[in-house]
Amino acid sequence: MSDLRESVITQTRPLPQPGLDNVEFYEAAKRGELRFQRCSDCGAWRHYPRPACPECQSRNFSWELASGRGRVFTWAIVHGPTLPAFRDELPYNVVDVLLDEGVHFQSQVLDCPPDEIYAEMPVEAVFVPASEDITLVKFRRR
Amino acid sequence: MHPVSDKAAIVGIGQTPFSKGLGRSEYDMAVEAIFGACDDAGISPREIDGLVRFDMETTDEENLLAVLGNPVIRYQASTSWGGGGSASVLVHAAVAIAAGMADTVLVYRSRARGKKSVFGKDSKLGGRFWERMDPMLPGMNQWHVPHGLVTPFQEMAMITRRHMLDYGTTEDQLAEVAVAFRQHAMRNPNAVMRQPMTIQDHHDSRFIAEPLRLFDCNIETDGAVALIVTRAERARDLPQTPALIHAVALATGSHHGRLSTMFGRDWDQHGAARSGHQIWERSGLRPSEIDAFFCYDFFTSFVIIALEEYGFCPRGEGGAFVEDGGLLWEGGRLPTNTHGGQLSEAFIHGVNNHLEAVRQIRGTSTSQVPGAELVLSVGANSDPTGAVILRKGP
Ligand SMILES: [Zn+2]
Repeated sequence: MSDLRESVITQTRPLPQPGLDNVEFYEAAKRGELRFQRCSDCGAWRHYPRPACPECQSRNFSWELASGRGRVFTWAIVHGPTLPAFRDELPYNVVDVLLDEGVHFQSQVLDCPPDEIYAEMPVEAVFVPASEDITLVKFRRR
Repeated sequence: MHPVSDKAAIVGIGQTPFSKGLGRSEYDMAVEAIFGACDDAGISPREIDGLVRFDMETTDEENLLAVLGNPVIRYQASTSWGGGGSASVLVHAAVAIAAGMADTVLVYRSRARGKKSVFGKDSKLGGRFWERMDPMLPGMNQWHVPHGLVTPFQEMAMITRRHMLDYGTTEDQLAEVAVAFRQHAMRNPNAVMRQPMTIQDHHDSRFIAEPLRLFDCNIETDGAVALIVTRAERARDLPQTPALIHAVALATGSHHGRLSTMFGRDWDQHGAARSGHQIWERSGLRPSEIDAFFCYDFFTSFVIIALEEYGFCPRGEGGAFVEDGGLLWEGGRLPTNTHGGQLSEAFIHGVNNHLEAVRQIRGTSTSQVPGAELVLSVGANSDPTGAVILRKGP
């Protein structure tokens, strides 16, 4: 039975499957740009990608370039269990970054030991290719 | 009086044994629990005419209804997403009965989550859902899983950290929750985890996703539970003391799988805070009138948060509320999860909490609160959620 259990577990590192509502985000990341939707009427930035503004319900928006700068809002140190593809990195950090534009984004802070992360730690985006099509947005200390 | 109030009652409860490894199918376990609930209620399975389940339930309707004798089902519904739906199933049952859509509604949850209960590739049966991620993620998981933020407990660790930052919640306070529920489990022969636990034992347990340790997390078990809900008038003629469904609430808000939205909002915009607001408004009751509380204790920190969301203490003071045995069945500020909950009895997605809520109303708990007449039982507070107040019936 333990073999069966292992056989059902996803072995690869899962990647995003871009869709019609968010493909612009991934195309920008591939170019080394962090872009989010911004409401053309009230100016609010948003993440996750949505066809209308949560603040004013306007359907007018553009994909605008963000600064890539933000601060750690909260974080966890993963000790496992986790998916096999991430096991070699244990323990690793996962963070929520509050970007200067006011949107929250989950990622990791690279080259940062677990005990050095703190609330409000300043970070900036870095772009890490993960496949031919997908570049992941990570962060590093600044 | 709200139109659903006291129109329906829980009249039967049933369950399988709980274990870390029964090695049985979710279908088989469901049937044992359902037949047990029917026996307890003094009805035939053929009298069931309503069905409310979790949308994660794996047994298809034909398989289920065939073994009940193919009863005529006049109402069926499923509740959304995980443990948030654990009280919502009872809300839907009560609403259906109050509206005359059904007379006798079955509610159940069957869960093979133990280590012996995985049934092969491409099977949806058994095991941990997060271990079966699509290699290319189309939905909400695409924003966090590729970064190694894979599981609910990792998401909950980030929310827990934020509660610590906002309100100074401590690891000692998390431990108080685990220790109190373990003390209840030690008195409950059905509980899976019955070894003693101290605050130090909690602190010595390994980190799973820091700040959460092993003893902050629900156990992983096999088992099934079922409840029979019927009209309040009919309940008077059945053998058990009825647990009237006195007030109901359903709410949505933020979701732990959508952290960007959740962290962009105030705590009071979460579903459970909205559910809490509704349940007191509809019942006309105050938190101080509740004799026992059953909350979805998937993680110790979320018990602390639920105490705030359901108004047992002001926002940010849940940590202090649980100190010094605040949740103990005897001598506590608010007897909570008097069976041991998901942390120490079993992880039947919160529905086992309702069985204990019913036992408190009947006076048959192994940690009985003297004279319990009003209890509150609620779903997971980080999903679409709900709540019910049960009242001792005539
Ligand atoms: Zn707007």
